Amino acid sequence: MKNVLPVTIVVAALIAIWYLGALYMNTALQRDVFANAGRSDYSLGDLAAADLNMDRPKLPAPHQIVAELNRTVFETAPTSKRSLVYHGLITLQETLLGFAIGAALGVALAILIVNVSVLERSLMPWIVASQTIPIIALAPMIVVILNQFDITGVIPKAVIAAYLSFFPVTVGMVKGLRSPDPLQLDLMRTYCATRTQTFLKLRAPASAPFFFASMKIGVAAALVGAVVAEVTKSEDGGLGARLLAGSYYGQTVQIWAALFAAAALSATLVGLIGLADRIVSRRMGFAR
Amino acid sequence: MSARAASGLAPPALFGAGVLVAWELIVRGLGVPSIILPAPTAIFWRLAHSIPTLAADFAQTIQGVVAGYAIGSGAGLLVAILVDRSPFLQRGLLPLGNLVSALPIVGVAPIMVMWFGFDWQSKAAVVVIMTFFPMLVSAVAGLASAGMMERDLMKTYGASYDQTLAKLRLPAALPFVFNALKINTTLAMIGAIVAEFFGTPTVGMGFRISTEVGHMSIDMVWATIVVAALAGSAFYGIVALIERRVTFWHASYRQGGA
Repeated sequence: MKNVLPVTIVVAALIAIWYLGALYMNTALQRDVFANAGRSDYSLGDLAAADLNMDRPKLPAPHQIVAELNRTVFETAPTSKRSLVYHGLITLQETLLGFAIGAALGVALAILIVNVSVLERSLMPWIVASQTIPIIALAPMIVVILNQFDITGVIPKAVIAAYLSFFPVTVGMVKGLRSPDPLQLDLMRTYCATRTQTFLKLRAPASAPFFFASMKIGVAAALVGAVVAEVTKSEDGGLGARLLAGSYYGQTVQIWAALFAAAALSATLVGLIGLADRIVSRRMGFAR
Repeated sequence: MSARAASGLAPPALFGAGVLVAWELIVRGLGVPSIILPAPTAIFWRLAHSIPTLAADFAQTIQGVVAGYAIGSGAGLLVAILVDRSPFLQRGLLPLGNLVSALPIVGVAPIMVMWFGFDWQSKAAVVVIMTFFPMLVSAVAGLASAGMMERDLMKTYGASYDQTLAKLRLPAALPFVFNALKINTTLAMIGAIVAEFFGTPTVGMGFRISTEVGHMSIDMVWATIVVAALAGSAFYGIVALIERRVTFWHASYRQGGA
């Protein structure tokens, strides 16, 4: 809690910088607007006020984004296509479905890799190498391929989300399941523990911190995957589709609002996993 | 060592070759339409016949990647050194940095395209934002990683802040800095390619992928992905190689090296 004050001050400073930036970036544009309207009698104050309340500013002021968020989240019916809640829920569905699939696959593969040494030696280098590949480049293609099989809607985007969250989870869980040191493994051996027992009583509990760390990375990656997938197939809506529509029509306020909604969604999901992490590690007796 | 390295490389190489052969056999054997999944040989044929296009795409995208990577990582490191002097700023900035690292930053791509135009500068801007925060967070952790004993030793030598920074704390932070540099190679590629989905001059890997998907020429998409994968791995490899040279003293390299 001791961080509250510094964080608040830094955030306040950032907002102040943002306002200055909005003034700086929008002034030229707003001068043109005034010139087109035939106005030349405006004061600097008028100019500044107009800068911060433009329709399509280069950089919208924070209060404009808050107003847009308020309008599209609270004042629009969630069933309307103009509501951010509507788009946010689509993205949330894709993210959660994809994350569930990706995380389950990732954990399963990690368990296999840790137990089957052939797999470890042949598969692990590829999984590590795949981390260096911009996997997201596959997103548009996966959507099209699944389209060929008449799979549309939420599923293709969830597949991309799953694909993106799968790799970090696998890598993290292999590390976690490997984290017990030789001394502890030897102890299990002197107890005559079977492989399953060693796994359930030593490896699995030892991997808990790694599990939560990789879940956090995985869920953030899943959301990025869902948003990018929505950009490549924007008819079905979602926050990514809002971003794309905003960029087509120059609606900067709409882009920023969608961006903030996505950020809030991501932070909430990661925060929830962090909360679960804290509860579980307290019950398991990890000192914090 | 070379025999050992070779025996370590054999299983993954065999596995990779096996996957390629199985892929080829399944595609040819079951007659999978190339719109769904082209055979590896078809992809390499396409790759070999489109080298000028692919090279132009690569040259376009890599400008944004390298410029953004250098500026973003450099700025992250600089800000980390500045922040390091003020515990107050550290406590204020680090939680934010951690938060931002989890956000879908690629979403700023359309905004950057509006600000900086369609050319590579807007891609570099996206990459700057994506690579800045991982570097900031890692470098601050790295600067804090020098041990108390070593710091006390520097104090008994009467070393100034700058001397301690240059001779003790920056070297001690290097493994953390390189970790961020390695993570950033992938982020930079992702940022540049996704930013191109939002608009480019008619060249670039992200542009190629999104247009060729539209034309249903999936073999070209795969060829571009092969190039992106090779470029991403090479970029990572170069940074990892430099890391090995520069931080040869670190525990993770000392054993089994030489």
